[in-house]
Amino acid sequence: MQLGELKLGESAVVVNVGGEGQLRKRFLDLGITKGTRVTMARIAPFGDPVEIQLRGYRLTLRKSEASIVEIEPAEDSE
Amino acid sequence: MITAALVGNPNCGKTTVFNKLTGAVQKTGNWPGVTVERKQGFLRGAPKDDILVVDLPGIYSLSPYSPDEVVSRDFLIGDSESRPDVAICIIDASNLERGLYLLTQVADLRIPMVVVLNMMDVAEKIGMRVKADALSEILGCPVVETVGTKGQGTSAIGEAVQSAYEERTVPRTISYGNAIDDCIERLIPIIKETVRDDLLRWVSLKIIEGDSMVMAELDESTAASARSVVEELEQQVSDDGMQIIATARYKAGEAIRDGCVEHTESVDESERISERIDRILLNKYLAWPIFALVMFTVYLVSVQTVGLAISDYINDELVVWVQDHAAEAMDSAGVDTVVADMMLTGVIGGVGAVIGFIPLIALLFAFLVFLEECGYMVRVAYMLDRVFTYFGLSGKAIIPAVIGIGCSVPAIMGTRVIEDESNRNVSIICTSFMPCSAKLPIITLIVGAFFGASALVITSLYLFGIVMILISGLFLKKFRGFIGRPSPFVMELPVYHMPTVRNVMFGVKEKSWSFIKNAGTIILLSAVLIWALSSFTFTGEYLGDSATTDSILSAIGKALCWIFVPLGFGGSETWELTVASFTGIAAKENLLATLAVLLDSAVGIDGLPTMEVLTEYLSVTAYPEAVAMSFLIFNLICAPCIASIAAIYRELHSHRKLLLALLYQCATAYGVAGIFYQGYVLLHGEVGLGVLWLILFIAVPVYVILSKRPFGFITGGKEEVQE
Ligand SMILES: Nc1nc2c(ncn2[C@@H]2O[C@H](COP(=O)(O)OP(=O)(O)O)[C@@H](O)[C@H]2O)c(=O)[nH]1
Ligand SMILES: [Mg+2]
Repeated sequence: MQLGELKLGESAVVVNVGGEGQLRKRFLDLGITKGTRVTMARIAPFGDPVEIQLRGYRLTLRKSEASIVEIEPAEDSE
Repeated sequence: MITAALVGNPNCGKTTVFNKLTGAVQKTGNWPGVTVERKQGFLRGAPKDDILVVDLPGIYSLSPYSPDEVVSRDFLIGDSESRPDVAICIIDASNLERGLYLLTQVADLRIPMVVVLNMMDVAEKIGMRVKADALSEILGCPVVETVGTKGQGTSAIGEAVQSAYEERTVPRTISYGNAIDDCIERLIPIIKETVRDDLLRWVSLKIIEGDSMVMAELDESTAASARSVVEELEQQVSDDGMQIIATARYKAGEAIRDGCVEHTESVDESERISERIDRILLNKYLAWPIFALVMFTVYLVSVQTVGLAISDYINDELVVWVQDHAAEAMDSAGVDTVVADMMLTGVIGGVGAVIGFIPLIALLFAFLVFLEECGYMVRVAYMLDRVFTYFGLSGKAIIPAVIGIGCSVPAIMGTRVIEDESNRNVSIICTSFMPCSAKLPIITLIVGAFFGASALVITSLYLFGIVMILISGLFLKKFRGFIGRPSPFVMELPVYHMPTVRNVMFGVKEKSWSFIKNAGTIILLSAVLIWALSSFTFTGEYLGDSATTDSILSAIGKALCWIFVPLGFGGSETWELTVASFTGIAAKENLLATLAVLLDSAVGIDGLPTMEVLTEYLSVTAYPEAVAMSFLIFNLICAPCIASIAAIYRELHSHRKLLLALLYQCATAYGVAGIFYQGYVLLHGEVGLGVLWLILFIAVPVYVILSKRPFGFITGGKEEVQE
């Protein structure tokens, strides 16, 4: 599953950050690393970009960009 | 002297702390070769040695991708002789993990370090207690707790820097787990010959990451053997170097965090104030009306009411007062009438008109800096991104456009928020399409005279600016050098913060300064030049107070006005409009002043033409309102003032690109004004040769926008046209 497909309010855990170059490095630098828990927090008024909650802060990115991040649904233990 | 580099994530409060540390005396400039701002200043009340604080740009990492990051890493690495003595690493205590991620990278550079835990108040509010002494213990360097906005704790930073410098408190080596640490051990002997001793660990990590800049500096055989070591690691953990390192650094950061944070109570994410504000401001239905309301309020206060009142006072009272007294003084001193006229009309009148704008500009910037600092501006970009991507631009393009309502110069500088070069180029060229405050009097006058001062028409002119930027996105992207996808929109949405008065004042000062500098130089010069051109004939005969149709300026205008025939204001009976448009290039404020001089009739007390004069003047044309509007449109879009042109040049770094930019602006202005005028004429049932112009003006852009193949001109940049 890809990060862009996450539904509003759902959480997941990052499995892998694909893609390459600057965009990929930017994602990693911002804390989207393996094992990180991410939550889809909001969708912009026109449906894109989206707002992701992770590591105690909010990140916005376009759905197309989010597609390089592979996730798997979080077992809702937290 | 101790040189201390200030490093931190964007929005961690770096500017606030920097302002607190250095006070009002700061030096702003650019880093050599790149358009990244460099600020530095001496620490006030340094305990012993002088401490020079250099403010590095806000960054998340020391990667080689953005100019901000490259500037920061180059400065921190330095060379064996000049390296900063201390790194002050500012961390947002409420956002520890990301701050610590950057901190681990700075720590690897082996510079004495001081950690500043800022936003302690925010951390407390969300139920976190960060123990500075525990953090200091883990890292092995001084840690200072601060609340930047209140100035709490900042005075201790000087002491900490001094002691870090004297005791060389380089942070402890941070472990990234056995696999990586072993790999570093194996890499060090390979690179030992070629790399500075203090950088061995950092370079090793960068090699694992596959950092292009570091790899490029290794010779071939070293690089090859280093790479084979890294490949072993990659196989062992079955992942690639870049991801391995980022993951490990965040893990190390988490470990440090766990060692120094106590959770006092858990405050639910969704109950934070910032989230509650966003639920309204970013609400699907309310976001737009609120944005419109915010912009309207800014406009109303700074331009229409308060700002206007102060400006009027300066123009009508102060400048006139100065003029009267100067006239008297020169009269009694027996100054030559030509010189006196130059001083009064040219110098005092010209510069006075600009100074009158300063309160308006300052107020406008106060609002804009506030919106930016509190965190709303990023959210506007977020809201609008979807619309902008449709035109091949990023939502970030709205930020310079909004600043452009104040003045194009800082707006053009503000395009630096857009990372991708081709996207940024579009914004640099089109930002001046927004009606800046200097264009406002022209708008008010023309809309007042011909459209009953309709607020709707005025507002549409601002929307028109945005629409022109968007269309330019589609158009310019068909040319090499501008081709590219909308730059990525991966950004932090910072929590809302109440900006301090001090920060806003600093911002206003910084941004208004370029405007004031222009008043003193370019506008002064051009005012004198225009005065001279309109007061003398070609034979050097002085025409006296009121310029007549014999002046040099008039001759030029009459010779060139045919250019504007397709736009409706090129007739020989309206040559004054041609001259005014030309003088507008020096400064848009000149435009009306020139018109006033040329129309040589009753002018308003502010030295600008009155609506009656304008209406009467244009009554000789067939469609006065269309002529006026076409003139207005042309001047809103065409090449901006000299100051903005200089700013465009600074950002584009190339004469050739600058020339093309100006050409594009003028051609667009010409085309759009032409479409308006000829369209208007056609709609009024007059079918003539003008229709050919109309077809041409519409066909060219449509052809370019629909074209599948890119056009030449500028080399460089990516080659294919995006889908
Ligand atoms: N509550 C709180 N707000 C702060 C603190 N330090 C800075 N701010 C606010 O945070 C916002 C961003 O600060 P700024 O200095 O511009 O951050 P920069 O992007 O790192 O330069 C501003 O609105 C500041 O007023 C702090 O310690 N506590
Ligand atoms: Mg700042």
